[in-house]
Amino acid sequence: MIRDITLGQYYQIDSVIHRLDPRVKLGGTLLFIISLFFFQNVWCYLLAALFLAVVIKLSRVPFKYIVKGMKAILFLLILTVIFNLFLTPGTPLVTFFGGKVRITEEGLKLAVFMAIRLAFLIIGSSIMTLTTTPNNLTDGMERLLRPLRVFRVPVHEGAMMMSIALRFIPILLEETDKIMKAQTARGADFESGNLIQRAKAMVPLLVPLIISAFRRANDLAMAMEARCYRGGENRTKMKPLIYRTEDYLAYFCVALYLGAGVFLGRL
Amino acid sequence: MPIVLDHVSYVYEADTPLARKALDDICLEIPDGQFVGVIGHTGSGKSTLMQHLNGLMKATSGHVYFNGEDIDGEKYDKKKLRSRVGLVFQYPEHQLFEIDVFTDVCFGPKNLGLTQEEAEARAREALELVGLPEEVYRQSPFEISGGQKRRAAIAGVLAMKPQVLILDEPTAGLDPKGRDEILQQIKRLQTQTGLTILLVSHSMEDVAEYVDRILVMNDGRIMLDGTPKEVFGHVEELERVGLAAPQVTYIMRALKKKGLEVDVDVITIREATEEILKALQDRG
Repeated sequence: MIRDITLGQYYQIDSVIHRLDPRVKLGGTLLFIISLFFFQNVWCYLLAALFLAVVIKLSRVPFKYIVKGMKAILFLLILTVIFNLFLTPGTPLVTFFGGKVRITEEGLKLAVFMAIRLAFLIIGSSIMTLTTTPNNLTDGMERLLRPLRVFRVPVHEGAMMMSIALRFIPILLEETDKIMKAQTARGADFESGNLIQRAKAMVPLLVPLIISAFRRANDLAMAMEARCYRGGENRTKMKPLIYRTEDYLAYFCVALYLGAGVFLGRL
Repeated sequence: MPIVLDHVSYVYEADTPLARKALDDICLEIPDGQFVGVIGHTGSGKSTLMQHLNGLMKATSGHVYFNGEDIDGEKYDKKKLRSRVGLVFQYPEHQLFEIDVFTDVCFGPKNLGLTQEEAEARAREALELVGLPEEVYRQSPFEISGGQKRRAAIAGVLAMKPQVLILDEPTAGLDPKGRDEILQQIKRLQTQTGLTILLVSHSMEDVAEYVDRILVMNDGRIMLDGTPKEVFGHVEELERVGLAAPQVTYIMRALKKKGLEVDVDVITIREATEEILKALQDRG
């Protein structure tokens, strides 16, 4: 049930994409997302679709699995489409209620493009999270943001917080599952009743869950302290990130994609 | 109310690359009033099996019958089943949430639709059964000691008056004294009320001392099933799957090797003492 959330989860399998340096994947995803917002014509979107298809194929993550994770944002997607469809001014195509509500040509175009953009954006970024372990991801982020330390931005601390948060997601989900089962065994009912009854039914779940989160946080802090953790200053990595040939090749592919995008954009 | 499992299998995360079989074609019958110990190392499927018995998990294939009725049948009332088959999870104190112990124990009976008075009467009874002193009734469940928390949580399930009580590692993380107290109370409960009890454990000593029957699980299957004496007779098989007989059995075997004429099927310390004394007397 709760474990069906695939957005932001790691899919364990060995592939070319999985082995890439996280910095390449982060940078590539960022550039891909930016490109989506500059693309204006159909050719560019075909190019983006092709690029995505190749990456998905290479990553060996089943397409079905990626789509499953998109269910969570379906609502957002539909909402965007509706807003764009009905609220864009321009040449009317269809009118309802005596012209008060209308769909315009521009609106239709914008809605379609926006939907594709959003879908691609989410597929693109979920490929990144599906193929990169949370630890690698934060490592990459820390490395990429390192220049910000000049401005006294606590980059390492931020990255550490993020990796801990990500690490705790599956643990807390499991804990939720466990407590839910334990309370169900005591006759609790999480599935029926009206909104207020359901909200009330959450108390036996939330109280133990929050207590357990604090307990775990306490244990973790203690364990980190026992290992003399004291922040990022002079801290070295056991597995430092090093670019390999494949990574440069991947950067080249992204550059090629962007170049093609610029070219097609002029058509 | 006997429990019957008919070719029950369960697969975790079916249809994904992470799919793994947790239960593999389990057939089992548990008659009324029996005290059953379930042993097996981590990941052998014992917890999964227990959750099938009160309908928290649904078998991928096969059927579970409680009192002759299929619990996954369409019209079957799962809530009623859960009041009949009480399940105490590992570290049950992690499920406590109410402002005081007494209110927390009332949670189960109230979910069954009982009135406040009935629920309170049952809570009182359950708390007495687990031997909690009256002064902790009104204390916060987060402020009492670990052993008391565990008992309060067990009382929370007992207050639902189940006919079958399943305890998943009820002694995990307790000191030897707390462990013995809890096990003795469980045993007393069984003899006094005629409850059917399933005790999941990986401590051979716990199981050997109290239960009538042992199920040994390995890799989702029931590997051995019999009285403690029968099961612990298969020491080699147990060791092959990472389990062991009670330590006292090993001592008896060693004594026999050294030439003392003792019975090696002994599984509890009390029996061992008698046996050794007898052997020494025979020797003169």
